Amino acid sequence: MWKQPAPANSSFNEYNTFPLPQTQRGGQSSHAHGPIGHTQQPLVTGTSVLGLKFDKGVMIAADNLASYGSLARFRDIQRLHPLGKHTLLGVAGDMSDFQWLKKELDGLLRSEDALALTDSHPSLSPKNIYELLSNLFYARRSKMNPVWNAVLVGGWDKVKEESFLAYVDLLGTTYTAPTLATGFGAHLAQPLLREAYEAKAGIDGEGPLLTQEEAEKVLDDCMKVLFYRDARSINKYQVATITAGGVTISDSRSADTYWKFAEGLRGYGAQTQ
Amino acid sequence: MFRNSYDSDNTTFSPQGKLFQVEYALEAVKQGSAAIGLRSKTHAVLLTLKRSTGELATYQKKLIRIDDHVGVAIAGLTSDARVLSNFMRQQAMRSRMTYGRAIPVGRIVQSIADRAQTNTQEYGRRPYGVGFLVIGQDETGPHLYEFSPAGTAFEYYAHSIGARSQSAKTYLEKNFESFENATLPELINHGLSALHDTLQQDKHLSLQNTSIAIIGPSDADSDIENLAQSSAAKKGNFRVWENAGVENLLKIWRRSRGEPEDGPAEEETPAEGQAEPSAEQAQSAEGSENAPPGAPAGGEDVTMEE
Amino acid sequence: MALYHNPPMAYAQEPTTAPIEHRFNPYSDNGGSILAIAGSDFSVIAGDTRQSEGYNIQTRYARKVWQLTDKAVLATNGFAADGNNFVKRVKQRLEWYEHAHHKPMGLKSIARMIQTMLYGKRFFPYYVYNILGGIEEDGTGAVYSFDPVGSYEREACRAAGAAQSLIQPFLDNQIYFKNQQPEPGAAPFIPGNLPLGTVLSLVVDSFTSATERHIEVGDGMEIYVVMKRGRTTDDLLGDNKLAPGMTIEELPSLGESVGGVESEGEGQGGERTFLVRQALKRD
Repeated sequence: MWKQPAPANSSFNEYNTFPLPQTQRGGQSSHAHGPIGHTQQPLVTGTSVLGLKFDKGVMIAADNLASYGSLARFRDIQRLHPLGKHTLLGVAGDMSDFQWLKKELDGLLRSEDALALTDSHPSLSPKNIYELLSNLFYARRSKMNPVWNAVLVGGWDKVKEESFLAYVDLLGTTYTAPTLATGFGAHLAQPLLREAYEAKAGIDGEGPLLTQEEAEKVLDDCMKVLFYRDARSINKYQVATITAGGVTISDSRSADTYWKFAEGLRGYGAQTQ
Repeated sequence: MFRNSYDSDNTTFSPQGKLFQVEYALEAVKQGSAAIGLRSKTHAVLLTLKRSTGELATYQKKLIRIDDHVGVAIAGLTSDARVLSNFMRQQAMRSRMTYGRAIPVGRIVQSIADRAQTNTQEYGRRPYGVGFLVIGQDETGPHLYEFSPAGTAFEYYAHSIGARSQSAKTYLEKNFESFENATLPELINHGLSALHDTLQQDKHLSLQNTSIAIIGPSDADSDIENLAQSSAAKKGNFRVWENAGVENLLKIWRRSRGEPEDGPAEEETPAEGQAEPSAEQAQSAEGSENAPPGAPAGGEDVTMEE
Repeated sequence: MALYHNPPMAYAQEPTTAPIEHRFNPYSDNGGSILAIAGSDFSVIAGDTRQSEGYNIQTRYARKVWQLTDKAVLATNGFAADGNNFVKRVKQRLEWYEHAHHKPMGLKSIARMIQTMLYGKRFFPYYVYNILGGIEEDGTGAVYSFDPVGSYEREACRAAGAAQSLIQPFLDNQIYFKNQQPEPGAAPFIPGNLPLGTVLSLVVDSFTSATERHIEVGDGMEIYVVMKRGRTTDDLLGDNKLAPGMTIEELPSLGESVGGVESEGEGQGGERTFLVRQALKRD
């Protein structure tokens, strides 16, 4: 879900379900008449990203689909992007903005690495990268030219020896919590993530955190739920794990799904009666 | 007026391969009152000798806070120092604002060195007439850098700039090997001894002319710093001690040298300016060739004639 | 439902070939509430810690109240991104002021500066309601409240945010004694003179009540107490002054009194700021 449901009378393409010729992109309309005003709207989009802290780090999951409206257009794109050794972005929203973002940040990290050759200063921490992203997103929204994404930043802070997990989106809205989810995930997965997290850590987060195995299981469950109910998702996703040892991104995987129940549903598939 | 025909243009080399305007700028630094910097594994300190331009004037401040983790001591033209330190503050804040990170010390020094270098290469500009000693701490520990108007930035274990700084340098060179593992009071004592060596025979370090800046954790046991007066000291951030605040540090130093704690009972002469050892006078900034002796150089740290 | 089955004729016949204008909306509302109450020699500034968007709780802990100086605390409410960035800019301005003047900016100057900064974006406003609390130069507790474009005034108390309409009438009654009559022969009410203990109780009751009745308020509460220099702390730190479940910490001084300025009195000479936290219901 990358927008609120459209009002019944709206012709604005809020679900990205309209064919391309009927959509506008960029600030300029070629028409002499009619309203001009879309600074931008997302075209090829990625859906939910989930994030969860566990005892030795943080995990981030996203599926491999980039949708073109309701069309499952690109089915093997990666929405998890490592930045340096201990930071990872999970990106929802417009995939071309995401690619631009990757290019910018990779460039920045390269120049940081070059500087570090002269002074051996440690590279940007997850927090540093997150601050930068927050400023970038807020500055662009303030120019009415948003970077149309919602991003989870996961990482491991080497100095403080603790995990890092935070959210930033196209409005420049920021927050941090031990469990995070974007888009439909905020509705469908976040309650499951919180439930699992608080079952062990308690509501104050003082108790023990989930183990890596437990965390991965919770994320697998959540990705399955999202695949069942989010029409813009696909049953092919990756899970990134960031610990003191660095970033690892899993191969794409699928959840075991169960569709037998569907046969008993009226209105689903071919009806025999 | 000019010493040779390569004087007027800072971007043209002399046949000897010199940029005379740059050399003169370095001369302006030499005429500023002394500043000394030294560091250990845990701390970096700056010590400066303040001057007053006359009995009616206050002592010129020589230590400038840039950020919590960076500060500078200046020698040379105070007005140029103001421009440069302001630029450093901007750089420091920019790093904090965009990355939430204290700017690495080496990089902020490099940024002003780059600025100074353009002044030696672009037509119609003049080099800065000020040198800095920069102390700071970052993830790689405490640091001490020298910035010079030539556009260079070098890191040091200990260094001194300004008038009669060679005497201090001699002291530092003799003792630097013990700085690495020195405690904060030891480091300050070494600094004060070096600073003392820059003084003329009959002059002494006093509350009025001595100021000290520290970076690094305060020494809770030795109570050399009055923590109630400085939250920066409590946090180990850059802090400056001068006037009454420097009294305790001076006392400890005198005690370490076996001198009377309260110092020599001499009357402080406000005109503290150190006479320059040579007749070598840079005229670039003031052109005060005929100025009366001791004339204030427009509020500058440099007094062109003594 | 019926609404959509038979849309009005005008709608149904409207040509839909030209798209309806739909601009990118740069604002959001992140809920929550803040309030501040001034005493004669202290000031209390509080906010909840929930950040939400619509029916989603984004986080249960996001800060809305910020210590600016030893004498000033700012609470922001509205669009969180604007709030955070506004506070960041205020702090920046305060640092440059301190560089230039070798002293922290006074409370009423901060208030005026905030008005200038807010009005500076009059035509693309910060969607933020600000409440500034602290100690005035004369040692009195003060509260300044602002609208998003900079109108401001000094008051004895103010509530803002999602639950403003729930809390402000309560404060009007309890702080300004609205709709109350002094007992015959008793001294007249003077707003802004309540003891700290009473004020703290009012703050807690305000937030627990708002949590019950407003979905956007809850999770946790942060109460900043700024005290005039030299004021007794017994009514805050004394035994049984805080309700069970409350925690308190003193925030370290931000001030610097080096460079010849003698500190007044022994040791702690300045204003003191305390942070009291309490959990709120999470449903």
